[in-house]
Amino acid sequence: MSILAKKKAVESEADLVEAIREGGPFVIEGGGSRRIGLAEGEVLSTRGLSGVTLYEPGTLTLVAQAGTPVSEIDALLAAENQRLAFEPPDLRGLLGRAGESTIGGVVAANASGPRRVAVGACRDFCLGVRFVDGRGQVVKNGGRVMKNVTGLDLVKLMAGSHGTLGVMTEVSLKVQPLPETVVTLGVPGGDAVEAVAIMSDMLGQPYDLTGAAWQGGRVMFRLEGFETSLRYRIGLMRARLRRDVVEHWGTEICDPIWRGIRDVAPFQDVPGDVWRMSVKPSDAADVVHAVAPADVIFDWGGNRFWLLVAEGTDVRVKMPIGHATLVRASNETKRRLSVFHPQNAALERISAGLRRKFDPEGKFNRGMMG
Amino acid sequence: MEMPAPKSGRLASKPELASRLCAVLPSDAVIEAPEELKAYECDALSAYRCPPLLAVLPETTEQVAKVMNICHEMGVPVVPRGAGTSLAGGALPTADAVILGVARLREVLEINTSDRYIRVQSGMTNLSVTAAVEDEGFFYAPDPSSQLACAIAGNIAMNSGGAHCLKYGVTTNNLLGVTMVMADGEVVEIGGAVMDAPGLDLLGLICGSEGQLGIVTEATLRILPKPEGARPVLFGFDSSEVAGACVADIIRSGLIPVAIEFMDRPIIRATEDFAEAGYPDCEALLIVEVEGSEQEIADQLARIIGIAKRHDPVAIRESASAEESTRIWLGRKSAFGAMGQMGDYICLDGTIPVGELPAVLKRIAELGETHGHMVGNVFHAGDGNMHPLILYNANEPGQLESAERLGAEILKLCVDVGGCLTGEHGVGVEKRELMTHQFAPVDLEMQMTVKDVFDPEWLLNPAKVFPLAVSAGRRAGR
Ligand SMILES: Cc1cc2nc3c(=O)[nH]c(=O)nc-3n(C[C@H](O)[C@H](O)[C@H](O)COP(=O)(O)OP(=O)(O)OC[C@H]3O[C@@H](n4cnc5c(N)ncnc54)[C@H](O)[C@@H]3O)c2cc1C
Repeated sequence: MSILAKKKAVESEADLVEAIREGGPFVIEGGGSRRIGLAEGEVLSTRGLSGVTLYEPGTLTLVAQAGTPVSEIDALLAAENQRLAFEPPDLRGLLGRAGESTIGGVVAANASGPRRVAVGACRDFCLGVRFVDGRGQVVKNGGRVMKNVTGLDLVKLMAGSHGTLGVMTEVSLKVQPLPETVVTLGVPGGDAVEAVAIMSDMLGQPYDLTGAAWQGGRVMFRLEGFETSLRYRIGLMRARLRRDVVEHWGTEICDPIWRGIRDVAPFQDVPGDVWRMSVKPSDAADVVHAVAPADVIFDWGGNRFWLLVAEGTDVRVKMPIGHATLVRASNETKRRLSVFHPQNAALERISAGLRRKFDPEGKFNRGMMG
Repeated sequence: MEMPAPKSGRLASKPELASRLCAVLPSDAVIEAPEELKAYECDALSAYRCPPLLAVLPETTEQVAKVMNICHEMGVPVVPRGAGTSLAGGALPTADAVILGVARLREVLEINTSDRYIRVQSGMTNLSVTAAVEDEGFFYAPDPSSQLACAIAGNIAMNSGGAHCLKYGVTTNNLLGVTMVMADGEVVEIGGAVMDAPGLDLLGLICGSEGQLGIVTEATLRILPKPEGARPVLFGFDSSEVAGACVADIIRSGLIPVAIEFMDRPIIRATEDFAEAGYPDCEALLIVEVEGSEQEIADQLARIIGIAKRHDPVAIRESASAEESTRIWLGRKSAFGAMGQMGDYICLDGTIPVGELPAVLKRIAELGETHGHMVGNVFHAGDGNMHPLILYNANEPGQLESAERLGAEILKLCVDVGGCLTGEHGVGVEKRELMTHQFAPVDLEMQMTVKDVFDPEWLLNPAKVFPLAVSAGRRAGR
């Protein structure tokens, strides 16, 4: 979203180090497909740092250079019946972008889809990272093993830092085997209060739901695993729900449903600003009521939801609780309202302190997160 | 193992420090007498001991803040302590440091089963958190074997794991928020009862930071609905290569067992003598546990047994009852006790890529022979988190040092095959000097600058995690 068209492309980590030592400020870009924050400077693209460096299906480990397209990783994993468990959203449709999403961008945004409610976020699958800091030093943290508490966990810090601390050059991830089959249950759920009540009740039972969403007056649950086991759990759910339940079996029908939730498909091509909300499920209905949006989609059992509102609306002044990220709006609105939710003063100070250490001259995505 | 020499100014300040602390804490919360301070001289790495200058046991976050404020003003280091079960010497004090124990912070602050979280004070034991939500059908997933004793504070500081973390993750995957007192006494709230918080992932940074960044006084933890049931199956193999290959096949299959535990021959023999669990006498043994309804368990076990049979196991024992399950787990659960019967031991926890398992086990046996120590291996095989137990005799001069040298060799081996020094116990003092084997100077410097932001004067648990020579300049201070 830089106003400058100039773009610097690097072909290797060594190039990147040199570019950082000599230039800046930069707007760090993978494929340019999901950046939501505003920053100004020369675009520094990591697309040239591409390729999977290690993939061991037997140990569920994948190491890739940051500029590797997600589509390439998806294809590689699919060939071994595996996948990225955290389902990174593809926001191109919502944001009207054309670029090729990269794995570095996914990690920088901690981008996580509907399965997050069951298995955790992108950051929970990040095993290791290499990055170049603002001084042009190459730093590594974590590794490629599943359990690692050696030293401070900078992997988590880098995940979700939106390119404000360093430029990632390589990430290692834990991947997941594909389930035998998948089923989506559709349940009528009229309003937000009812939807949250149904979702919380189901998520409070040991059904291992890997998706719980509400959209267009319908609550949707996803179950994945072996068919016999899914049939058993559906039986329990039907008995507990005591409502009309529609079953959709198989990936061909389920994937588009959950991709739609993941990518906020219903708000694509619909005018208005889009906010991503994070509140306790039991507060979700109150927030929706207070904001009175044009449309709403619940994910993660109501822990995350998407609001479509009139352009320029300040959702934060209307919400009693929780936090809100302005995902889609004009740059003018983003500048006025700020994309990321303000933090309390103490955390703001700590975060600023960390940025000064990682990027003393403010070379990376300056001003993006606060 | 070396600890920095105490600073005389701090030793001399004891009377003033004690009286200032007494002024802000309940009368029995400041421990000064040498005989009482002995209780705080070590954690579970008991080979190293040193009584602290003082120990304090505050009851509220506000009291912790006052303690931190006073210690900060007086330039006295603070070593936080949960239950003292650290195996890495994380809670080991120096003679010029105050031990701040959170054992009296034991309250449940909030239970919310519809949003699936619990908020507790950090001194609660791991098991008591599950106990608080059990009646409502929930549990707290991370389950270190020390769960009866260890505190949530220590779990967060060490990012502890447990046998069931293959399915549910370790502490960091189950932690939603903390209340933390900074080195100067300021109280901060990080995260909360939602799945993601705004800004940088400071919570991810705090978890596993070994008391380097602040004192955690409260925590919001994710709770999960209790599964209907769980059942293990046991396999014996005549080589660890084959057992390792079987583990890889199970993991690839798409099944998600809650636990895959591995024991080698020395451990099997030791536990048989000790606990008589009726294990087959073989080279390697796997315990695989699955969860679900009766039918789901039966289905999953059938699939797992199918996979294992392709690897020609010498024994298969499928549990058909609660008693049988207990017996299958009995040997595993008493492994540490069994080794303890045979002598003193050092327990390491380096992690390796699972594919390296057979080669690493072979090399460990060779190293053990060279150094003249018996080594048993019992570990979480699903995630490559080894637990070599090195036997030694503490009463024989030089034995501890030689066992430690062997331990260092084994941990370096873990790093060299693509793994790390510690998978769940933490660095503490034990692996501090080995950090340079895993990290380049710039990597360590970056981690230390993070500590600088939280604790500019390096008064929080200062002689841990980073090699002493590397952190010396920063610790020079007052
Ligand atoms: C028999 C046995 C079995 C074990 N099994 C396992 C296992 O299966 N998995 C596993 O991961 N570990 C295991 N451990 C190790 C140990 O139990 C864990 O590391 C545990 O989390 C430590 O908790 P604690 O409350 O005893 O912490 P302590 O030992 O008191 O302290 C541990 C560290 O936490 C810091 N700390 C304590 N309180 C705070 C606070 N409030 N704020 C900030 N920092 C703080 C301390 O300074 C220290 O560095 C085992 C230990 C034993 C003795």
